[in-house]
This record gives sequence, C-alpha cells and structure tokens, in this order.
Amino acid sequence: MLKPVGRLLAASVLVAGAVACAPGADGGRPGGRAPSEVSTEVAKAGQVTLTVWDQEVQGGQRAQIERLNAGFQAKYPNVRIHRVARSFSDLQKTLRLALSGGDPPDVVQANQGYASMGQFVKAGMLLPLTPYDRVYGWRKRYPKALTDLNSVSPDGRSIGTGDLYGVSLNGEIVGIYVNREKLARLGIGPPRTWAEFERALAAAKGKGELPVVFGNLEKLPAMQTYGVIQDQLAGKDPVRSLIFGTGGKWTDGPNVQAARTLADWAERGYFNKDANAVKWDDTPVDFAKGQGVFMIGGNWWAADLQKKMGAKAGFMAPPPAQAGAPPTTMGGESLPFSITSKSRHPDVAAAYIDYITSPQAMDVSVETGNLPALAAPSKRPEGALTKDVAAAWAELSKGDGITPYIDYATPGLADTLGGPLQELIAGRTTPEKALEAAQRDYEEFLKGK
Amino acid sequence: MSLRTPRARPPHARPPGEPRTIGWLYVLPALLVYAVFLLWPLVRGVWFSLYDWDGVSAGTWAGLSNYAETLTDPSLRAAFGHALILAVFYAIVPCLIAFVLVAIISRTRVRGLAVFRTVLFLPQVVAMVAVAVAWQWVYSADGPVNTVLRGLHRLGLPDWSRGWLGDFTFALPAVGLIGTWVEIGLAMVLFLAGVQKIPRELFEAARIDGAGPVREFLAVTLPALRRELAVALTLTTIAALRNFDLVYITTKGGPGDSTKVPAYEVYNRAFNTGEVGLACAIGVTLAVLVFAVTAAVGRLAEGRPGEAP
Repeated sequence: MLKPVGRLLAASVLVAGAVACAPGADGGRPGGRAPSEVSTEVAKAGQVTLTVWDQEVQGGQRAQIERLNAGFQAKYPNVRIHRVARSFSDLQKTLRLALSGGDPPDVVQANQGYASMGQFVKAGMLLPLTPYDRVYGWRKRYPKALTDLNSVSPDGRSIGTGDLYGVSLNGEIVGIYVNREKLARLGIGPPRTWAEFERALAAAKGKGELPVVFGNLEKLPAMQTYGVIQDQLAGKDPVRSLIFGTGGKWTDGPNVQAARTLADWAERGYFNKDANAVKWDDTPVDFAKGQGVFMIGGNWWAADLQKKMGAKAGFMAPPPAQAGAPPTTMGGESLPFSITSKSRHPDVAAAYIDYITSPQAMDVSVETGNLPALAAPSKRPEGALTKDVAAAWAELSKGDGITPYIDYATPGLADTLGGPLQELIAGRTTPEKALEAAQRDYEEFLKGK
Repeated sequence: MSLRTPRARPPHARPPGEPRTIGWLYVLPALLVYAVFLLWPLVRGVWFSLYDWDGVSAGTWAGLSNYAETLTDPSLRAAFGHALILAVFYAIVPCLIAFVLVAIISRTRVRGLAVFRTVLFLPQVVAMVAVAVAWQWVYSADGPVNTVLRGLHRLGLPDWSRGWLGDFTFALPAVGLIGTWVEIGLAMVLFLAGVQKIPRELFEAARIDGAGPVREFLAVTLPALRRELAVALTLTTIAALRNFDLVYITTKGGPGDSTKVPAYEVYNRAFNTGEVGLACAIGVTLAVLVFAVTAAVGRLAEGRPGEAP
C-alpha cells in the first residue's frame, strides 16, 4: 500500500503546485475600501439580518448586550440581529477563519493590538469607519485616547494613527483592590501617594498579613502589575510612545526600575509564595476569601467581588507620586465592534454600532453592573465597589491618565516579557536581563514596520 | 500446489491473491475520506510552511526560513527538547512500572483483578482536559501533594512543598508525571493481554529449573511481550510528542518557557502571534520527528525483520 499512497501524495503535491499561490492571496477581496455614500435610514433598508459575533458572555456584559440588541430590534422592526456569542478566547481562535471565509459576519468584536485588529486591517477585512464617523461623530463622542486604541494605519503596523476601525462600549482599567476591613485592622488609611502605598505593603508584611494576593500562572498578570508600576515610575507619555512604537526602549532607566520594584516586592514576600503556580482566575477568589490586603487587577472582577465581599472591598486607581496629582494606570476599553468589509449591510451595521454606543446605551451599561466607556447621562452605579470603580474611571478619564496595555507593543510580548517576568518573580533573572529580552523582540518587530 | 499450475488457469487470469485494479474501487470511499481530511491538509500545511503568513492577509514566499527558525530559535529548540523529556515520562516510565505490575500479577493470584485492571485503565478513558484540571488541583498550593509534604515537614523532614506547576525546575517533571499516570493503564492492559497468551508450561519449566521471580521475568515474560512493548512504546511516545491539552491547561508553557512543547507552540504561533507559516513548519517538523521516533521504537522493540519472534 505504501507505493500507491506515495504516488497519491506526489500527485497531491503536483496539484498543490499547480493551484499554488501565496496563502491568503486567493479570492477577490474588496480591500477594505470605505463606502462613498452613507445612509442612516435603517427603516428603509428592507428586511435585514445582521450577524453579530461578540464575546459578551459574562453575567453583566451578556445582560447589557441582550438588552441593547432587543432595543435596536424594537426600534427597527425590519432588522433581525443574529447574535453569535463566544468566550473571549474562543472568539480569538475562530474569528481569523471566519473573516477569511467567503461569508463573514457583519459586525465582529476584534481585539485591539497588532495580532488581531492590526492584521485584519492589513488584510482589508475590516471597513474603515471614517465616513460613518462623519455622520455619527464617534470621534467627538469619545476621548482621543480611546479612539486611538481602535485606530490602525492601513498597513496594520501602527496603532493610534489612521482610520477608526471600531467602537467600544465599556471601559477597562487595572487598579488596586483593597480589603477595607484588613486595612482598618492594620491601622492604615487608604494610601494617597505611591510611597504611602509601598509603606502600606511593608506594614502589612510586618504584621504578618499577605500584602498583595497574586496569581501569575498565565504570565499576563505580571505584565499588568509591571505596567501599573511602570506607569508610576516612567510616567504616561514615555509609556505611551514606547507601546505605540514611537520612541523609547524597554531597557530605559525607569522601565528597568519598574522591573526592579516588581522583583523587590517578590523578594520581600509582598506576593504569595509560588505566585507563578497560581491561576489568574483564582486570585479574586482568594482575595474574596480574605487573602491579601491588596490585589492589583482589572475592573472586570468588580461585579463578582461586589457580590462576594460587599462593602468590605474597595477599588482605587494607583495612587500618584504626589498627593492630589492626577493618577495614571493601564487600561483602555472593551473589545470594539467593527464592520467587516464583506458585510452586505454596512449602513445598518454602522447604525447598530451607533445605537449600542449611544448615551442611552451607557445607562444600560450602568444598570447591568458594567463600567461604561463614557459617563452615563442619568444612571449611577449602586454597589460600593462599582461606585469606586466608576469614580476611578471618571478621575482617570478627566486627567487623561490611561495608558494602553503593554502587550499591544508587539504580538509576541506575552512570551518575551511575560516569561522573563516570571523568572524575575522567581528570582532567577535580573531586571536588566528581563527587559533586554523584551527589547530584542521589540526591536525586531519595529524593524519590520 | 496443483491449482496454481499454468494449465489450470483460464487465459488472462492472474494468480488468486494478486492485486487487482478493482481493489482500488473497494478502498475508494475510505481513501477519499483519508485524502480529504488527512493528505490534503498535510500538503497544504507543508505549503503554508514555506510562507510568511499571518493567516489573514496575503503571504510572502519564505523558502525554508521557517524551518531554519524552527531549528535555530532557542525557545523552539527547547520546546522539542521538552517533548523528548516528556517522552521519557510518558513512554519509558509507564512501561517499566507496568512491567513490574504485570510481573507481580502473572506470578500471584490477585483477588479482584478485573477491578484493579479497570481502575488502572481509567485514566485512559477520562478526557485529557478533565485529567489536567484534576491534576492542577492536586499540584495546587493547598492540594494533596503539598498537604502531604507539609505533613512530612512537621515530622522533621525539610519543607518540600512548592507550587509545582509554577516552579522552573519541577514544572516539566510535574506535567510528565501526569502523563505517566495516564499511560500506565494502557501499557499494563497491553502487557496483561500478552502475558495471558504465554503457555503456563513455560513458567512451570522456568520454576522447575529454579528461576526466581526476576530470572523468570527476564527469560519468559519479557521476550514474549516484545510486540506488546513495541505497541505500548509507540502509542505512548506519540502521545508524549503531540502533547498539547495537558500543557495548555496546566501551565500554558510556563513558567518562562520551561514547559513549552512543539504542539503548544503550533497553537501559540498560529492563534496568538499570527505566525501561521512558522506554526506549520513546527507542525511538519513535529510530524517528521514522530515518524522517526516511532520507526526507531519499532526497530528497537521488534528487532530486525529476520529475528522477529
């Protein structure tokens, strides 16, 4: 049997050679051209089915999108929304294939960064939203820092410039969760400066408490913690230009200093032992059980912790170097909703995106326990923790204090910085060496730009 | 045989048993499925591996540079090294343990053998994802392993408890031991089946000749189990080299790069970093490695074609 199989294999190779062209080059792509005319008359569009792929599957987010979809369909009875919901990681895996297929969904949530949105834009799979923006005014509605995150140059290699490719619903920030009960028992007030925060960590350690509950099995948590420290030591502008590739090096003084701080914290026992073995998702669970005085984490855990801890839990933006100065932290916005180039109803899709990011939608976001990207016009959050989160977001937005996630810098940074940071926490490498690894990857990526 | 004399054959006939073209028709349905779902993807995979391609936009011809990167990139080379270390835990250790178990079982009458066999085989039946989640708990900070070790520490031994899956030295062996636990059952069931074919007289003869348990095992059991050993080693080695689910769930390749394996990197490069061409090159290299290793295992365990038992 080997011989015929071999012959078949050879034949297949020949066939492949005959039809060979570069992968991804086949099929007529519209090339992501912007439409020349925009219609906002959704009611006159006839019977339309809009296929939307989103990843809003968790409690409050699901409730939010379901209500918004129902609202849009009630407003325009001629539109039916076919919603396909997948978890974040499942969407990441399937979106690439779906977009390169012949019949992609109309609206998708494409993650920010080079590895997703950048590549989709380069491949011409997403529609530039500039003509729609002229009608709906999204750039006016959102602060520049937020629309920058959803803007990509046509070659997909520069984030923060070029056309707008998506609009997001909710805000995201990494901040510091506080176990108020423990803090009070330690006799410490809420830290108002970064130095006070570090003193609070030392004081907690001194009294036998675990200062920061930390799980870093996935590498990403250490990158977020590093990013928060980096924001305080390097400042927002150098961090932004580093991440957008417009200047600076990972091996610059303040960036190394931030890694040293992280290493010091680990060495002094501010983190739980074996943090590298603890799953990220277990961190808020442990925090709710009473481990740790502080926890560095995103607002996405707030709704859950609100339920489990009630008034015991608090949230704050990382305290600035000087008391009263505007705070800085890492964050951004939830995955943006984008229109695919092959969508047959781009006008309806744009109206949909406008509807789910309207001021009324921000009210829905608050009502369903989320953090809206823009201030909600009439609704206010109810729980103590969600109030804290909303206050921190408002303060950060006012002072323009949000820097992008550091893994936007290169597609491989999760490995080239995340891995070395794990080593740093385990005391197996130096801050300098850890950042040299990131810098090498960064330079290689910038070379291709 | 007289039937095979030329005279007995009608004209244009061929000897019975000779391959006939119509045979292709019989295998056609299976062959079609095989070609569409296996050969074609394989050919496409090889083709993609020659391009720099992010999976969505047009790729550019890269020649063999993806293969060069697979072989020279330190983290990718380390991944292949880890796969070979895992092969020890997945293949060699379980076979050794299974041999000991089989030697004991074949010498003594074990009460409730069926239950024992079922329990040992159970890990093979459970989905790997469930196995991984369960072991993640076993290895966790307050899991059974660390609880026992802390208990020993209280008795005066040094404190050996640690976060096993987050430890740079022990994460890979910890993942490997999960594989050992899974594969013992497979090896043992194969060996037990083999042992049951050995005529009892052989054991009796060995005992009459005064062989002890070790001698009896080496002289009678082991030679008779050669083929089962080859099957067990092949299956377990393949399981080790293509290990993805276990690493994906327990460690995600970490800490650092210490548990990265090729199959995980295929996923990581294709879906996380958008290097589809490189991912295909890693996949093809892995397939070649699996072929080479299993061919070598077959050679080693079954002996040269002439001296097969």
